[in-house]
Amino acid sequence: MAKTALQFRHNGRDVAVFVDGGANLLTTLRDGVGDMTPKFGCGQGGCGACTVLIDGEAHLACLTLAETAAGRSVETLAGIKDGPNLHPLQRAFMEHFAAQCGYCTPGMLMAAKALLDHNPAPTRDEVVNAISGNICRCTGYDSIINAVLAAASGGRARA
Amino acid sequence: MPVTVKTFATSGEAAAALSSERDARYFGGGTLVMRALNEGDIAVSTIVRATDHALTRLDVTGSRITIGAAVTFARVLAERELSFLHPVAASIGGPAVRNMGTVGGNLFAPAPFGDFTVALLALDATVALQGGYGAREMPIEEFLAGRARMQGGLVLSVAFQRPSSTEAFRYRKIARIRPKGAAVMTIAAHVPSSGGRVLSARIALGAMAATAVRAKGAERALEGRPLDAATIGAAASAVTEGTSPIDDSLASAWYRREVAGVHLRRLLAGEP
Repeated sequence: MAKTALQFRHNGRDVAVFVDGGANLLTTLRDGVGDMTPKFGCGQGGCGACTVLIDGEAHLACLTLAETAAGRSVETLAGIKDGPNLHPLQRAFMEHFAAQCGYCTPGMLMAAKALLDHNPAPTRDEVVNAISGNICRCTGYDSIINAVLAAASGGRARA
Repeated sequence: MPVTVKTFATSGEAAAALSSERDARYFGGGTLVMRALNEGDIAVSTIVRATDHALTRLDVTGSRITIGAAVTFARVLAERELSFLHPVAASIGGPAVRNMGTVGGNLFAPAPFGDFTVALLALDATVALQGGYGAREMPIEEFLAGRARMQGGLVLSVAFQRPSSTEAFRYRKIARIRPKGAAVMTIAAHVPSSGGRVLSARIALGAMAATAVRAKGAERALEGRPLDAATIGAAASAVTEGTSPIDDSLASAWYRREVAGVHLRRLLAGEP
């Protein structure tokens, strides 16, 4: 079956790949672009490990038809640091022990980034809601929620 | 396995493609069809898409509300005029799923999914369908009853009357995980009242049958009566009439039947 040419912006750079009919964006990012930061968890939209931002909004790469990303801006965890400097969310995740096995972390960070980009000072409930589509089987979530709140307040602890 | 993707500029062309190919599925937000493809569902050989802007139309200004099939739950949540539907949209998935999942796609979600459709059934919505021969509207109840046999139609939009007051429309999703979890059951009730009595009642249940269904026994128990403890009790006892709950890892059919009355009572009595 013929492949389809696809172009989109990946972390601020134009990329062009060929995709199979019906290929999802997660496969395209990992196998086509070589960006291994979005993870495959369930392939069913249940775990959030593949969360990426498309035009600034959180999407599940595994359920996104790759062709629908044509001409759009796709942002993954690989693109959130600024040169050698980690993103404030990444630093907060380290400081608050928000990762154990780390498999959910890329999705958690992107879901949290989608929140903070729109709402720089979220409440705890808003953080809980923002990461509600992301499953973590290690941390029990508290350390992740605390990390996002800390990143939101510029590293200062919040009540 | 690769599939054929056909993208059309108009819903008419997409509907024609759907009716001419048996193994074609319409691809909306992706949360159902891509899920099937990822699982290796070989029943899907062609996916059909439409980029028609008419499908994302939202008409919320008058008393009759129209929501295009491709409108996402995130857009419903962003629309202040639809605040009575915000608890419904917010109960679906996490933010990423709400950015992707559409109102039209929800009509096809198998139980225990399809919470928005439960609300639409309580609101007596009509579904606008584009078939091979042209567009037509049908009551959502008829649509759901024929859904399993439906071939080759494309949902364009849903439409319904705005509830007369905020108390008239009530919604509750019972899930084991909060804030995001699939439904043990979903209940939507449209119970407009006048002079302290219920004028008409439409109670819709999710995860209590293969599709969203009405609890007609409970509706009869409410109509024309004041919404007091005795009436609510009678409605709660009759709620399982005509249901055949699903049996899944979230709850057994027996459990769903046992607790349906409890949750309907709490919803109607305004209890937490």
